[in-house]
Amino acid sequence: MVDFGGWSMPVQYSGIIDEHNAVRSNLGVFDISHMGQFFAEGPGALAWLNGLLTNNVERLAVGECQYTFLLNDHGGVIDDLIVYRIGEENYLLVVNAGKIDEDFAWMKSHLAPDVDFQNRSADFAGLAVQGPRSAQLFDAFFQGKYSRPARNEILRAVIDDETYFIARTGYTGEDGFEVFCVANRAVKSWNDILRKGAEFDIKPCGLGARDTLRLEMCYPLNGSDLLPDTTPIEAGLSIFVDLQKPNFIGKDALARQRQEGVKRRLVPFKMTETCPPPRSHYAVYKGDKKIAETTSGTLSPTLKVGIGMAYIPTEFARINEQIEIEIRGRRFPAIIEKKPLHRAGTASN
Amino acid sequence: MNVPENLQYAATHEWIRLDGAEGTVGITDHAQAELTDVVYVELPKVGAQVTAGQQIAVVESVKAASDIYSPISGTVLAANDALSKNPALINTDPYGEGWIFKIKVEAGEEIEELKSPAQYREQIGGASGSGEGV
Repeated sequence: MVDFGGWSMPVQYSGIIDEHNAVRSNLGVFDISHMGQFFAEGPGALAWLNGLLTNNVERLAVGECQYTFLLNDHGGVIDDLIVYRIGEENYLLVVNAGKIDEDFAWMKSHLAPDVDFQNRSADFAGLAVQGPRSAQLFDAFFQGKYSRPARNEILRAVIDDETYFIARTGYTGEDGFEVFCVANRAVKSWNDILRKGAEFDIKPCGLGARDTLRLEMCYPLNGSDLLPDTTPIEAGLSIFVDLQKPNFIGKDALARQRQEGVKRRLVPFKMTETCPPPRSHYAVYKGDKKIAETTSGTLSPTLKVGIGMAYIPTEFARINEQIEIEIRGRRFPAIIEKKPLHRAGTASN
Repeated sequence: MNVPENLQYAATHEWIRLDGAEGTVGITDHAQAELTDVVYVELPKVGAQVTAGQQIAVVESVKAASDIYSPISGTVLAANDALSKNPALINTDPYGEGWIFKIKVEAGEEIEELKSPAQYREQIGGASGSGEGV
């Protein structure tokens, strides 16, 4: 068990590699109750959110969601999150555990008059069912009572008189569902999913596998790959930024970067020979020059080589560029790769 | 957790099996379980002189890198090359094929400072709040 954003959470159940493989080939379930839930509603909610978030909330029909960023005045990342439109004027925001208080305070300090904005993180539990057999489990669970939401859509289901939000989203690159329900249903839901999932070889999964799965997909981890002094443009995530919107916090800085070009880019790399797994904060070299530090790193259970990400100066941030990672005083060769590192995931965007 | 009776233990979770002036060293079952899947081992150099408590090897799991300390002073006689090919031996057989290095023991009195199986069991039991492992 480790402390994660103030929560005591398991790194693993049966083993990181075993859990990782379960999600890639069958099914895994993660407890994501640490994540935060904010609700925004009212006639001013849309315009208010659009002034705070980088993606365009106007594009969401009821029942749809989008990945987006909350930025500071300099265009740096406060948090990356998903905003779900759950009603005409109702939005659910799912934010990172370690950022709940900061996000809420920031958003509250910019609150518009005709918006009701609530932090209900403590009231909600979350479970993520991920893996190619997720749809089969959904069908077995609901027996036709509800039809599966499409990718990036959310369903409101009622189970034993309680509301469950079930979204076709995830952080693994595989098909899957993220389920949010009132906290006192968490244990029952967890047990129900494990019981029903047994025929699909489901395994409970911890934070360790969550990290290896997301890194193979090059999904950023806030606090490691996304920081208050890095922007979504530098992170290569500008498809989640709508610079056509009239305004949002951080827009000026991003527009300037867009125009002038960025000095560094977040790129994935792969080690090219047997070596210790790269980890965050290792030095990255080009020739004799230290050019960056890794922001994430691990051994990829799928590719069976060390992988990671780093903000590399633009001149070297090219696919197939050879770099070196320094691990305990020794440098090992690596190559810059295309995103994602794992291309066979069953999540279709 | 398995804590064999015929070994002695360091507080940093290494075990040593003594055979005269030669010792074989590895990490405990408790340590391998905490580390999770071992994917890389940086072995000590044969001939290296070490003092008790000195960092001598690194065991890397998917989760983290962990320093391994020599439980005793001496000279490294051999390193387990099988771990280069198959680092997971540390998980599957921590007291057998997962040994890390052999050492020629210099100062015999240091052995007295190591933990007995009962003392080590108490140490890891205390960490988990139960008598028997985690």
